[in-house]
Amino acid sequence: MRKFFFLGLCFLAFPATAEDRFITLASTTSTENSGLFAHILPRFTEQSGVSVRVIAVGTGAALRLGARGDVDAVLVHARPAELDFVAAGHGVARREVMHNDFIVIGPISDPAGLRGGRDIAIALRKIEAARLGFISRGDDSGTHKAERRYWKSADIDPGQGSGKWYLETGAGMGATLNVAAAKSAYALTDRATWLAFGNRSGLAILAEGDPRLRNPYGVIMVNPTKHRHVKHDLARKFIDWLVSRTGKSAIASFRIDGRRVFFPAP
Amino acid sequence: MTGSILPLRVDGLTLLAGNRRLLDNLTFELAAGKRSVILGPNGAGKSLMLRLCHGLITPSAGSIVWGGGDIPAAHLVQCQAMVFQKPVMLRRSTAANISHALACRGVKRRERASRVDEALSRTGLETLARVPARVLSAGEQQRLALARAWIIRPEVLFLDEPTASLDPAASRDVEDIIHAIHDAGTKIVLTTQDLGQARRIADEILFLHRGRLVEHAPAEEFFNGPTAPEAHTFLSGELIALDQNHA
Amino acid sequence: MTDLWQALSVALSLVAGLDRELMEIVGLSLRVSLTAVAAAALIGLPLGAALTVTRFPGRGFCIVALNSLMGLPPVVVGLIVYLMLSRAGPLGVFGLLFTPTAMIIAQTVLITPIIASLSRQISDDLWTEYREQLRSLGVERRRAIATLLWDGRAGLLTAVLAGFGRASAEVGAVMIVGGNIDHVTRVMTTTIAMETGKGNLALALGLGIVLIAISLIINGLTFGLGAATRPERAAL
Repeated sequence: MRKFFFLGLCFLAFPATAEDRFITLASTTSTENSGLFAHILPRFTEQSGVSVRVIAVGTGAALRLGARGDVDAVLVHARPAELDFVAAGHGVARREVMHNDFIVIGPISDPAGLRGGRDIAIALRKIEAARLGFISRGDDSGTHKAERRYWKSADIDPGQGSGKWYLETGAGMGATLNVAAAKSAYALTDRATWLAFGNRSGLAILAEGDPRLRNPYGVIMVNPTKHRHVKHDLARKFIDWLVSRTGKSAIASFRIDGRRVFFPAP
Repeated sequence: MTGSILPLRVDGLTLLAGNRRLLDNLTFELAAGKRSVILGPNGAGKSLMLRLCHGLITPSAGSIVWGGGDIPAAHLVQCQAMVFQKPVMLRRSTAANISHALACRGVKRRERASRVDEALSRTGLETLARVPARVLSAGEQQRLALARAWIIRPEVLFLDEPTASLDPAASRDVEDIIHAIHDAGTKIVLTTQDLGQARRIADEILFLHRGRLVEHAPAEEFFNGPTAPEAHTFLSGELIALDQNHA
Repeated sequence: MTDLWQALSVALSLVAGLDRELMEIVGLSLRVSLTAVAAAALIGLPLGAALTVTRFPGRGFCIVALNSLMGLPPVVVGLIVYLMLSRAGPLGVFGLLFTPTAMIIAQTVLITPIIASLSRQISDDLWTEYREQLRSLGVERRRAIATLLWDGRAGLLTAVLAGFGRASAEVGAVMIVGGNIDHVTRVMTTTIAMETGKGNLALALGLGIVLIAISLIINGLTFGLGAATRPERAAL
């Protein structure tokens, strides 16, 4: 009886090694959680026979994975950081893929009076003046980097209020939104995550449409000269597909609640 | 190396705990064939003496020499066995406990079964073969300990007050087995406080009092008239208490 | 309270419908944690017993270190294993990162100290009882370890179950070294973390209920197996 138990355990140990072709892609949690990958990746796999394994972490972590050569490509939304990545020799063949936009969400009662506003700098000044809660990612992600740029454009250093009205979760977009929901506070989020988010109780979109809120995405192949094991031919296939007509239409056809959230680069 | 490990020559054996002399300068010889009984009141050091001879404790001074003197330790272990006052039962069946002792000696599984059955019948434990050893009565457990010790056919069997916690009937069963083991050729070295048991078993007596070997004589001589005053007092039934302050 | 009821109904509908994704995730979770526990038991159980029967200089320090390792934060273990298995790390050539194997390695590292520590304690308690008798029988070290392990099997089984509980409940290590890749390295705990992050709280809680239920089933089976194979405690 005991012998069978141990034999059974041995079977568990042997991994189901399917020798299928695949690449690993480091991307952001917001992109993954929006459901975009679940929509477009199967189309790529069907066409090319290559599957894409997505590791969703923060932008900073994604780029670090790329720098260490732990993935074959990265897809993030932080242009300055992306350009640094390529300049440092970690990545090659960077292409613009798509953009979505950021929005400001907050309590439906909107005590800071943002509703209907377009200008992000004005919106942030209103939040800071009211000293009501603002929940930040605080995790060096693409969203967080963008958020910091917007505070700067409004001439505000929110760090002064850290721990008081400016709370940094150091976590993903969803976790941050959970905190905003619980505390009836404001937050900056990308539209895709917001639409796909399941815990929107008491929160609503309060500011959107500022052209500065455009959030572009770039895909970069990890430098195969630096990391010899990178599957550069398969990664190349993926990148080419993303910017091809089929890729673009796949991205454009993605809808949440009937709304288009990602706009392929021209 | 198959020579006999007897006689056992002990010279100046001393055991210290701090500055207390638990055993003081014991010198004696144990030869084959005679049933040696170590007699003495509580705290005399009988148990310690047994453990030292068996090799479970290291002496502070003195020597313990078996046989000719150059017997390898591994061989010594093979030729001795010990039964403790409180038997140590493994968490397995009676038969498995005995089998374990054989396995420790390197006996192959196939050969063990028949020898275990033999040991069980010799000690009257056949019906209890599959019973978990830990639920046996004290007397049954002690018989199991004897079966376990006997099955390895030791040259010397040490027994430390084996019937101290048993009722008279169980004690008798144990003594019968001890006699059988002796008849089969094993040397018996037994400690006891029980005079009656000493009379029944002993061929020679080593009388211990407060860590010193006070008298070493053939049994008949000892019981007819011991020379040491402490022994005399012990035999006459007066309690000799262990005096902590005079140790 | 409504959240809990909602979660319960989600859990029941997932299980009753034999949701395919759920089955896949549960299957991988069990595969990873059971393999890790088996490996950790293979290493930890004899290690603990060996520590009991072997005296060597520094033994006390080893025991203290082992006990302290029981409190290793899973996320720290994940980080260390990630750095070892990363392409930029010493074992990078094997390309084990982001595979179930990496998760098994991380969990094994995490729970071996627990099993070894408990094994040592259980063996110590037995050793005080058995030491003299086993010495008298001339038992050498390897056999002593085997005897302690077999005789301590009741307590050791609980130690193994404790290890399994720790492994199947942790999320920090498997998230870092596994990457929570859909259909590849996504297990129950990482799914729960992810769904929480997506705001799908009822689903997350429902999955949590399923996880607890699985743990109950495994412990129940183990207990029943133990009771069935225990020789009849004769009512003597």
